Amino acid sequence: MSKFLKSISIGAVATLLAMPAAAQTFGLGRAALPEEIAAWNLDIHPDGTGLPDGQGDAIEGEEIFAAKCAACHGDFAEGIDNWPKLAGGMDTLDHKDPLKTVGSYWPYLSTSFDYIRRSMPYGNAGTLTADETYAIVAYILYSNDLIEDDFVLSKDTFLDVEMPNADGFIVDDRMETEVAIWSGEPCMTECKDKVEVTMRALVLDVTPDVDTTTAAAAEPAATEEPVAAAAQEEPTAEPVVAAADPALIAEGEKVFRKCKACHQVGDDAKNRSGPILNGVMGASAGHIDGFKYSKALMGKAEEGLVWTDETLAEFLAGPKAYIKGTKMGFAGLKKDDEIKAVIAYLATFSGQ
Amino acid sequence: MSDTFEAKKPNRRAFLRGAATAGVGALAAGAARAETPDPLITETQEWAQSFGDGVDATPYGLPIQFEGDVIRRNVEWLTADTVSSINFTPIHALDGTITPQGCAFERHHSGAIELKKEDYRLMINGLVDRPLVFTYADLERFPRENHTYFLECAANTGMEWAGAQLNGAQFTHGMIHNMEYTGVPLRTLLEEAGYDTAGKWVYVEGADASSNGRSIPMEKALDDVLVAFKANGEALRKEHGYPVRLVVPGWEGNMWVKWIRRIEVTDAPVESREETSKYTDTLANGISRKWTWEMDAKSVVTSPSPQSPITHGKGPLVITGLAWSGRGAITRVDVSKDGGKTWETARLAKPGEKMALTRFYLDTDWDGEDMYLQSRAMDETGYVQPTKTQLRDVRGLNSIYHNNCIQTWWVRPNGEAENVEVS
Repeated sequence: MSKFLKSISIGAVATLLAMPAAAQTFGLGRAALPEEIAAWNLDIHPDGTGLPDGQGDAIEGEEIFAAKCAACHGDFAEGIDNWPKLAGGMDTLDHKDPLKTVGSYWPYLSTSFDYIRRSMPYGNAGTLTADETYAIVAYILYSNDLIEDDFVLSKDTFLDVEMPNADGFIVDDRMETEVAIWSGEPCMTECKDKVEVTMRALVLDVTPDVDTTTAAAAEPAATEEPVAAAAQEEPTAEPVVAAADPALIAEGEKVFRKCKACHQVGDDAKNRSGPILNGVMGASAGHIDGFKYSKALMGKAEEGLVWTDETLAEFLAGPKAYIKGTKMGFAGLKKDDEIKAVIAYLATFSGQ
Repeated sequence: MSDTFEAKKPNRRAFLRGAATAGVGALAAGAARAETPDPLITETQEWAQSFGDGVDATPYGLPIQFEGDVIRRNVEWLTADTVSSINFTPIHALDGTITPQGCAFERHHSGAIELKKEDYRLMINGLVDRPLVFTYADLERFPRENHTYFLECAANTGMEWAGAQLNGAQFTHGMIHNMEYTGVPLRTLLEEAGYDTAGKWVYVEGADASSNGRSIPMEKALDDVLVAFKANGEALRKEHGYPVRLVVPGWEGNMWVKWIRRIEVTDAPVESREETSKYTDTLANGISRKWTWEMDAKSVVTSPSPQSPITHGKGPLVITGLAWSGRGAITRVDVSKDGGKTWETARLAKPGEKMALTRFYLDTDWDGEDMYLQSRAMDETGYVQPTKTQLRDVRGLNSIYHNNCIQTWWVRPNGEAENVEVS
């Protein structure tokens, strides 16, 4: 904080006078240098103290978010699997299972800037510039309908943003509301008439298996048979793959960022909220074992849908138009060039 | 962690296989009479004849193989990823009060980092006369103290708000450990830097990617907070913040910043992620409590419990458990075998110590009938641990943190126990 910069110019005599009366010092440690303090002293206070120069808006933020955040938080900040949802949940705090997001719950905007710049992206913390951080924060605000897409977030506009739950917190009142009531000599006999079991953990049965009495934890191995049938149906039509164009593939890799939040490709690919896309070109629709496709998509699969350049292009141009009832929430790729590119990119994972 | 603790994936595996096999050796109640001589006594055993391991077989020892199931365990569905996750202390299998570091639960926000003492730096800045940087060696030159304190995660028992969910004391109450810490009072370091009395707060952060920053009122910082570098006599483990962590007695575990690298004296709280979006308690009306730092008095029977069933039939039975309070010392623990109709006062193994685990015992004679086992702690403020119903009446069902309700284990005639809620 800036207090240090002021106090450093004051002489040693003055600093001694400011010391708490009974303090004993040992002369240990060394003076922290201004550059060192600047490197670590990054916290942002609710009043905006500590905000750096720079700016960003939601349009810039959307692109950065798609590349750096969406893999966990979803393209629309809606959160994937157990990863935090950053948008939505307005007016749910007094409902069953409230949805707590930056928009619905966080009382101060400073917290999101502070946390994102310091600790995000997950696994690559501290790499965002001030501009990128402003842009990402703006995109999260935009995703929560709290600003328009032309709102430029900077330290000058930071406090203009109203956080919906700013007044939603009270300071710990347990001493009055709980401790005062739940004190005193408790009942020892005849404290209630009857005791009935109202809920049992074994019914819910979500406890990890902790049987360690024998070496093997004897999994009742896969009661659900893997849905292997689909894999047997080899594609009947070989896709007509144009000679690989490295530039087009590179372009496709960029386009694929829009898909990455839900779909993975490559050696370590796993099903996320969308299926693995290795080998999708030329495969029957619904070919990934163990992924739960929509009924609509499986219906198409039964009709013999195979993913070729043509069918996939049509699907990607308007997923919901092509397969009514698909679970894929993506709105579609608007440009033919993008579709071509992403198909070329996906074709490079055909051997996996 | 996610904002709710509802299980996503049901687990249909039988939980009590361990209990069933453990029961095989059970003898009928009463003083047993041997029919035939015990070969373990009458025949010379191998271990009595030849040698065991020489010294240095294990330069740093681990528990013997037969105790291999006394380990931390994770509940996978709770979190998206193990590097921002939590596991649980096997309290069902421990006794006494000190938690061995090797099985003391872990909670990381971006994984347990490896930070050498030589690379360790602690900065004090903000409203101080002399912003300072300390090395690890510097910290060892300040006068230091030893104190034993419990650390409880604010989310301990959090999965049980909406109902009995996890079947085992390890999972319902295992986000806790209790260690003897060696360290320098934070007050000493603040005085060394010459803190400004205008500074009402300190902001503390760690060296890991999450930094896990928290604001602590100056009053607490000057009272009993320790900058600790040893636990149970040895260096902190990596997973507990090696080489240096903060110890904030009685207050929620999230504030005990690991790998602590910076202490900033401020005039106001930072309102960081961990003290606004997390670790706040949403009441039924949608309003949330913040700064709920003190951990309320709480207790649990650790044995018998679902992972520690009775295997000996009726007769003498030791009922035991742990009690603690963030507001001071435990003064009394009552145990009920009938779900709270009648209570008996348990024996404390030692007088309660401030903000430390207290072990209690109820030495009893089991009639082999169903029991609804409960324990109820009281602390030196006169506070009595509430029932789940009492808690819900005040806080509703949407709280995640700070669940200190009375726990019930339903013990069956065969000795198995289950996590239940009772009327």
